Amino acid sequence: MAVRGLPAPWRRLPAPAGDPDAALLARVRAGEEAAFMELVRRHEAALLRLARSYVPSAAVAEEVAQETWLAVLRGLDGFAGRSSFKTWLFQILVNRARTTGVRERRSVAVDAGPSVDPGRFDSGGAWSAPPRHWVEEIEERLSAGALAPAIDAALAGLPPSQREVVLLRDVDGLSAPEVCQVLELSDANQRVLLHRGRTRLREAIEGELGGGI
Amino acid sequence: MPLLRRPLACQQMVELITDYLEGALPRSERRRFEAHLAGCEHCSEYLAQMRLTIAATGRLRAEDLTPAMREEFSAIFAGWLAERPAS
Repeated sequence: MAVRGLPAPWRRLPAPAGDPDAALLARVRAGEEAAFMELVRRHEAALLRLARSYVPSAAVAEEVAQETWLAVLRGLDGFAGRSSFKTWLFQILVNRARTTGVRERRSVAVDAGPSVDPGRFDSGGAWSAPPRHWVEEIEERLSAGALAPAIDAALAGLPPSQREVVLLRDVDGLSAPEVCQVLELSDANQRVLLHRGRTRLREAIEGELGGGI
Repeated sequence: MPLLRRPLACQQMVELITDYLEGALPRSERRRFEAHLAGCEHCSEYLAQMRLTIAATGRLRAEDLTPAMREEFSAIFAGWLAERPAS
Protein backbone atom coordinates (compact mmCIF):
# COMPACT_ATOMS: atom_id res chain seq x y z
CA MET A 1 0.00 0.00 0.00
CA ALA A 2 1.33 3.38 -0.99
CA VAL A 3 0.45 5.21 2.17
CA ARG A 4 3.87 6.43 3.14
CA GLY A 5 4.04 9.73 4.89
CA LEU A 6 0.41 9.89 5.87
CA PRO A 7 -0.64 11.09 9.28
CA ALA A 8 -1.21 8.14 11.56
CA PRO A 9 -4.93 8.66 12.27
CA TRP A 10 -5.77 8.11 8.61
CA ARG A 11 -3.70 5.01 8.04
CA ARG A 12 -6.43 2.62 8.88
CA LEU A 13 -9.38 4.48 7.43
CA PRO A 14 -11.85 1.69 6.72
CA ALA A 15 -13.12 1.06 3.20
CA PRO A 16 -16.80 1.76 2.76
CA ALA A 17 -18.84 -1.43 2.87
CA GLY A 18 -19.17 -2.80 -0.64
CA ASP A 19 -16.50 -0.93 -2.60
CA PRO A 20 -18.13 -0.50 -6.04
CA ASP A 21 -14.81 -1.33 -7.70
CA ALA A 22 -14.16 -4.55 -5.79
CA ALA A 23 -15.68 -6.89 -8.37
CA LEU A 24 -13.77 -5.27 -11.20
CA LEU A 25 -10.52 -5.49 -9.24
CA ALA A 26 -10.97 -9.21 -8.79
CA ARG A 27 -11.44 -9.60 -12.53
CA VAL A 28 -8.38 -7.45 -13.27
CA ARG A 29 -6.34 -9.62 -10.91
CA ALA A 30 -7.52 -12.61 -12.92
CA GLY A 31 -6.05 -10.97 -16.03
CA GLU A 32 -9.22 -9.72 -17.72
CA GLU A 33 -8.46 -6.73 -19.93
CA ALA A 34 -12.13 -5.68 -20.29
CA ALA A 35 -12.36 -5.26 -16.53
CA PHE A 36 -9.25 -3.06 -16.53
CA MET A 37 -10.73 -0.93 -19.32
CA GLU A 38 -13.93 -0.47 -17.35
CA LEU A 39 -11.95 0.52 -14.27
CA VAL A 40 -9.99 3.05 -16.33
CA ARG A 41 -13.17 4.38 -17.95
CA ARG A 42 -14.72 4.94 -14.53
CA HIS A 43 -11.83 6.91 -13.10
CA GLU A 44 -9.65 8.29 -15.88
CA ALA A 45 -11.50 11.60 -16.24
CA ALA A 46 -11.24 12.18 -12.48
CA LEU A 47 -7.53 11.35 -12.51
CA LEU A 48 -6.87 13.72 -15.39
CA ARG A 49 -8.80 16.53 -13.74
CA LEU A 50 -6.96 16.07 -10.49
CA ALA A 51 -3.57 15.69 -12.16
CA ARG A 52 -4.06 18.98 -14.00
CA SER A 53 -3.97 20.72 -10.63
CA TYR A 54 -0.34 19.75 -10.24
CA VAL A 55 1.23 19.66 -13.67
CA PRO A 56 1.63 22.30 -16.37
CA SER A 57 -0.11 20.65 -19.31
CA ALA A 58 -2.78 18.18 -20.35
CA ALA A 59 -0.09 16.03 -21.95
CA VAL A 60 1.85 15.73 -18.69
CA ALA A 61 -1.40 15.01 -16.83
CA GLU A 62 -2.04 12.12 -19.22
CA GLU A 63 1.45 10.76 -18.57
CA VAL A 64 0.95 10.96 -14.82
CA ALA A 65 -2.41 9.20 -15.13
CA GLN A 66 -0.86 6.42 -17.19
CA GLU A 67 1.95 5.98 -14.69
CA THR A 68 -0.69 5.83 -11.99
CA TRP A 69 -2.54 3.01 -13.75
CA LEU A 70 0.66 1.06 -14.21
CA ALA A 71 1.43 1.53 -10.51
CA VAL A 72 -2.10 0.33 -9.73
CA LEU A 73 -1.59 -2.84 -11.74
CA ARG A 74 1.80 -3.48 -10.17
CA GLY A 75 0.48 -2.83 -6.68
CA LEU A 76 -2.79 -4.66 -7.12
CA ASP A 77 -1.79 -7.83 -5.35
CA GLY A 78 -0.68 -5.78 -2.37
CA PHE A 79 -3.88 -3.73 -2.23
CA ALA A 80 -5.76 -5.25 0.65
CA GLY A 81 -8.85 -3.08 0.45
CA ARG A 82 -8.11 -1.34 3.73
CA SER A 83 -9.20 1.89 2.08
CA SER A 84 -11.57 2.25 -0.86
CA PHE A 85 -10.00 1.64 -4.25
CA LYS A 86 -10.68 5.26 -5.22
CA THR A 87 -8.82 6.58 -2.19
CA TRP A 88 -5.86 4.37 -2.97
CA LEU A 89 -5.93 5.35 -6.66
CA PHE A 90 -6.04 9.08 -5.94
CA GLN A 91 -3.25 8.77 -3.37
CA ILE A 92 -1.01 7.16 -5.96
CA LEU A 93 -1.87 9.88 -8.43
CA VAL A 94 -1.24 12.72 -6.00
CA ASN A 95 2.10 11.23 -4.94
CA ARG A 96 3.19 10.94 -8.57
CA ALA A 97 1.81 14.31 -9.60
CA ARG A 98 3.62 16.00 -6.73
CA THR A 99 6.89 14.42 -7.80
CA THR A 100 6.32 15.47 -11.39
CA GLY A 101 4.54 18.74 -10.88
CA VAL A 102 5.90 22.20 -10.75
CA ARG A 103 3.71 23.10 -7.82
CA GLU A 104 5.08 22.04 -4.50
CA ARG A 105 2.24 21.96 -2.03
CA ARG A 106 3.67 21.14 1.34
CA SER A 107 1.67 23.91 2.92
CA VAL A 108 -1.78 25.02 1.89
CA ALA A 109 -2.56 28.68 2.29
CA VAL A 110 -6.13 28.84 3.45
CA ASP A 111 -7.69 32.25 2.96
CA ALA A 112 -9.69 33.36 5.97
CA GLY A 113 -11.56 36.29 4.40
CA PRO A 114 -15.25 36.22 3.45
CA SER A 115 -16.11 33.87 0.58
CA VAL A 116 -19.20 35.82 -0.48
CA ASP A 117 -18.90 39.37 -1.81
CA PRO A 118 -19.40 41.67 1.23
CA GLY A 119 -21.12 44.14 -1.12
CA ARG A 120 -24.18 41.91 -1.05
CA PHE A 121 -24.80 42.68 2.64
CA ASP A 122 -25.70 45.85 4.52
CA SER A 123 -23.73 47.17 7.48
CA GLY A 124 -25.70 44.92 9.82
CA GLY A 125 -24.82 41.84 7.76
CA ALA A 126 -28.30 41.35 6.29
CA TRP A 127 -28.73 40.73 2.56
CA SER A 128 -28.82 44.00 0.62
CA ALA A 129 -28.54 42.15 -2.69
CA PRO A 130 -30.24 38.85 -1.86
CA PRO A 131 -29.92 35.84 -4.15
CA ARG A 132 -32.51 35.73 -6.89
CA HIS A 133 -34.65 32.64 -6.36
CA TRP A 134 -33.87 30.03 -8.99
CA VAL A 135 -33.69 26.67 -7.29
CA GLU A 136 -36.99 25.51 -8.70
CA GLU A 137 -36.40 26.59 -12.27
CA ILE A 138 -32.97 25.03 -12.42
CA GLU A 139 -33.91 21.39 -11.77
CA GLU A 140 -35.02 21.04 -15.37
CA ARG A 141 -31.75 22.34 -16.76
CA LEU A 142 -29.83 20.12 -14.42
CA SER A 143 -31.29 16.91 -15.74
CA ALA A 144 -30.58 18.12 -19.27
CA GLY A 145 -26.92 18.57 -18.32
CA ALA A 146 -27.01 22.13 -19.65
CA LEU A 147 -25.01 23.44 -16.71
CA ALA A 148 -22.14 20.99 -17.05
CA PRO A 149 -19.96 23.24 -19.27
CA ALA A 150 -20.37 26.20 -16.90
CA ILE A 151 -19.54 24.06 -13.86
CA ASP A 152 -16.55 22.54 -15.62
CA ALA A 153 -15.24 25.97 -16.51
CA ALA A 154 -15.78 27.25 -12.99
CA LEU A 155 -13.95 24.23 -11.57
CA ALA A 156 -11.03 24.90 -13.88
CA GLY A 157 -10.93 28.48 -12.64
CA LEU A 158 -10.75 27.59 -8.94
CA PRO A 159 -7.46 27.89 -7.07
CA PRO A 160 -5.85 24.42 -7.22
CA SER A 161 -6.27 23.59 -3.54
CA GLN A 162 -10.00 24.36 -3.69
CA ARG A 163 -10.40 22.55 -6.99
CA GLU A 164 -8.78 19.39 -5.64
CA VAL A 165 -11.10 19.23 -2.65
CA VAL A 166 -14.26 19.94 -4.68
CA LEU A 167 -13.27 17.40 -7.33
CA LEU A 168 -12.69 14.66 -4.81
CA ARG A 169 -15.69 15.42 -2.62
CA ASP A 170 -18.41 16.55 -4.99
CA VAL A 171 -17.44 15.12 -8.36
CA ASP A 172 -15.83 11.85 -7.31
CA GLY A 173 -17.82 11.29 -4.15
CA LEU A 174 -15.04 10.69 -1.62
CA SER A 175 -15.89 11.21 2.05
CA ALA A 176 -14.34 14.04 4.03
CA PRO A 177 -11.87 11.74 5.84
CA GLU A 178 -10.89 10.15 2.50
CA VAL A 179 -10.17 13.58 1.02
CA CYS A 180 -8.09 14.49 4.06
CA GLN A 181 -6.15 11.27 3.55
CA VAL A 182 -5.52 11.77 -0.16
CA LEU A 183 -4.59 15.45 0.04
CA GLU A 184 -3.00 15.33 3.51
CA LEU A 185 -5.25 18.07 4.83
CA SER A 186 -6.61 18.70 8.28
CA ASP A 187 -10.34 18.32 8.71
CA ALA A 188 -10.78 22.06 9.24
CA ASN A 189 -8.75 23.05 6.18
CA GLN A 190 -10.63 20.55 4.07
CA ARG A 191 -13.89 22.21 5.07
CA VAL A 192 -12.63 25.73 4.41
CA LEU A 193 -11.37 24.81 0.94
CA LEU A 194 -14.60 22.95 0.19
CA HIS A 195 -16.63 25.94 1.34
CA ARG A 196 -14.77 28.44 -0.77
CA GLY A 197 -14.83 26.19 -3.83
CA ARG A 198 -18.54 25.42 -3.55
CA THR A 199 -19.30 29.10 -2.98
CA ARG A 200 -17.52 29.98 -6.23
CA LEU A 201 -19.36 27.24 -8.12
CA ARG A 202 -22.71 28.54 -6.85
CA GLU A 203 -21.76 31.98 -8.10
CA ALA A 204 -20.87 30.51 -11.48
CA ILE A 205 -24.29 28.85 -11.75
CA GLU A 206 -25.91 32.11 -10.71
CA GLY A 207 -23.97 33.94 -13.41
CA GLU A 208 -24.94 31.31 -15.97
CA LEU A 209 -28.61 31.85 -15.11
CA GLY A 210 -28.22 35.58 -15.55
CA GLY A 211 -29.22 36.20 -11.98
CA GLY A 212 -25.88 37.38 -10.69
CA ILE A 213 -25.46 40.70 -9.01
CA MET B 1 -32.81 31.95 21.19
CA PRO B 2 -30.44 32.36 24.13
CA LEU B 3 -30.68 35.89 25.49
CA LEU B 4 -26.96 36.49 25.54
CA ARG B 5 -26.30 35.33 21.99
CA ARG B 6 -27.12 37.72 19.19
CA PRO B 7 -28.89 36.22 16.21
CA LEU B 8 -26.65 35.33 13.29
CA ALA B 9 -26.52 37.83 10.44
CA CYS B 10 -27.07 36.67 6.85
CA GLN B 11 -23.41 37.38 6.10
CA GLN B 12 -22.39 34.99 8.88
CA MET B 13 -24.91 32.42 7.70
CA VAL B 14 -23.38 32.12 4.23
CA GLU B 15 -19.96 31.45 5.75
CA LEU B 16 -21.29 28.76 8.09
CA ILE B 17 -23.20 26.83 5.44
CA THR B 18 -20.55 24.24 4.69
CA ASP B 19 -19.89 23.60 8.38
CA TYR B 20 -23.67 23.18 8.75
CA LEU B 21 -23.94 20.77 5.82
CA GLU B 22 -20.89 18.85 7.06
CA GLY B 23 -22.35 18.48 10.53
CA ALA B 24 -19.41 20.40 11.96
CA LEU B 25 -21.31 23.09 13.86
CA PRO B 26 -21.47 22.79 17.64
CA ARG B 27 -25.02 22.17 18.83
CA SER B 28 -25.67 25.73 20.03
CA GLU B 29 -24.37 27.20 16.78
CA ARG B 30 -26.49 24.78 14.83
CA ARG B 31 -29.58 25.95 16.72
CA ARG B 32 -28.79 29.58 15.95
CA PHE B 33 -28.24 28.68 12.31
CA GLU B 34 -31.56 26.89 12.07
CA ALA B 35 -33.39 29.64 13.94
CA HIS B 36 -32.17 32.21 11.42
CA LEU B 37 -33.03 29.91 8.53
CA ALA B 38 -36.60 29.51 9.73
CA GLY B 39 -37.15 33.26 9.51
CA CYS B 40 -35.10 34.20 6.43
CA GLU B 41 -36.30 33.29 2.96
CA HIS B 42 -33.11 34.59 1.32
CA CYS B 43 -30.82 32.45 3.43
CA SER B 44 -33.17 29.48 2.88
CA GLU B 45 -32.90 30.03 -0.85
CA TYR B 46 -29.12 30.42 -0.58
CA LEU B 47 -28.85 27.13 1.30
CA ALA B 48 -31.03 25.42 -1.31
CA GLN B 49 -28.77 26.86 -4.01
CA MET B 50 -25.68 25.49 -2.30
CA ARG B 51 -27.28 22.06 -2.05
CA LEU B 52 -28.22 22.23 -5.69
CA THR B 53 -24.71 23.32 -6.64
CA ILE B 54 -23.32 20.26 -4.88
CA ALA B 55 -25.81 18.02 -6.66
CA ALA B 56 -25.06 19.62 -10.05
CA THR B 57 -21.30 19.22 -9.54
CA GLY B 58 -21.90 15.58 -8.71
CA ARG B 59 -23.55 15.04 -12.06
CA LEU B 60 -20.37 15.72 -14.03
CA ARG B 61 -19.76 12.36 -15.57
CA ALA B 62 -16.82 10.62 -17.09
CA GLU B 63 -16.72 10.49 -20.85
CA ASP B 64 -16.00 7.27 -22.68
CA LEU B 65 -12.40 6.48 -23.50
CA THR B 66 -11.29 7.48 -26.98
CA PRO B 67 -10.01 4.73 -29.30
CA ALA B 68 -6.48 6.12 -28.90
CA MET B 69 -6.74 5.89 -25.11
CA ARG B 70 -8.10 2.35 -25.31
CA GLU B 71 -5.09 1.39 -27.39
CA GLU B 72 -2.67 2.91 -24.91
CA PHE B 73 -4.32 1.28 -21.92
CA SER B 74 -4.47 -2.02 -23.76
CA ALA B 75 -0.69 -1.79 -24.23
CA ILE B 76 -0.18 -0.93 -20.55
CA PHE B 77 -2.27 -3.92 -19.54
CA ALA B 78 -0.46 -6.28 -21.92
CA GLY B 79 2.89 -5.05 -20.61
CA TRP B 80 1.81 -5.71 -17.05
CA LEU B 81 0.55 -9.20 -17.88
CA ALA B 82 3.88 -9.99 -19.52
CA GLU B 83 6.00 -8.76 -16.59
CA ARG B 84 3.74 -10.28 -13.95
CA PRO B 85 5.19 -13.33 -12.26
CA ALA B 86 3.10 -16.37 -13.08
CA SER B 87 0.97 -17.28 -10.09
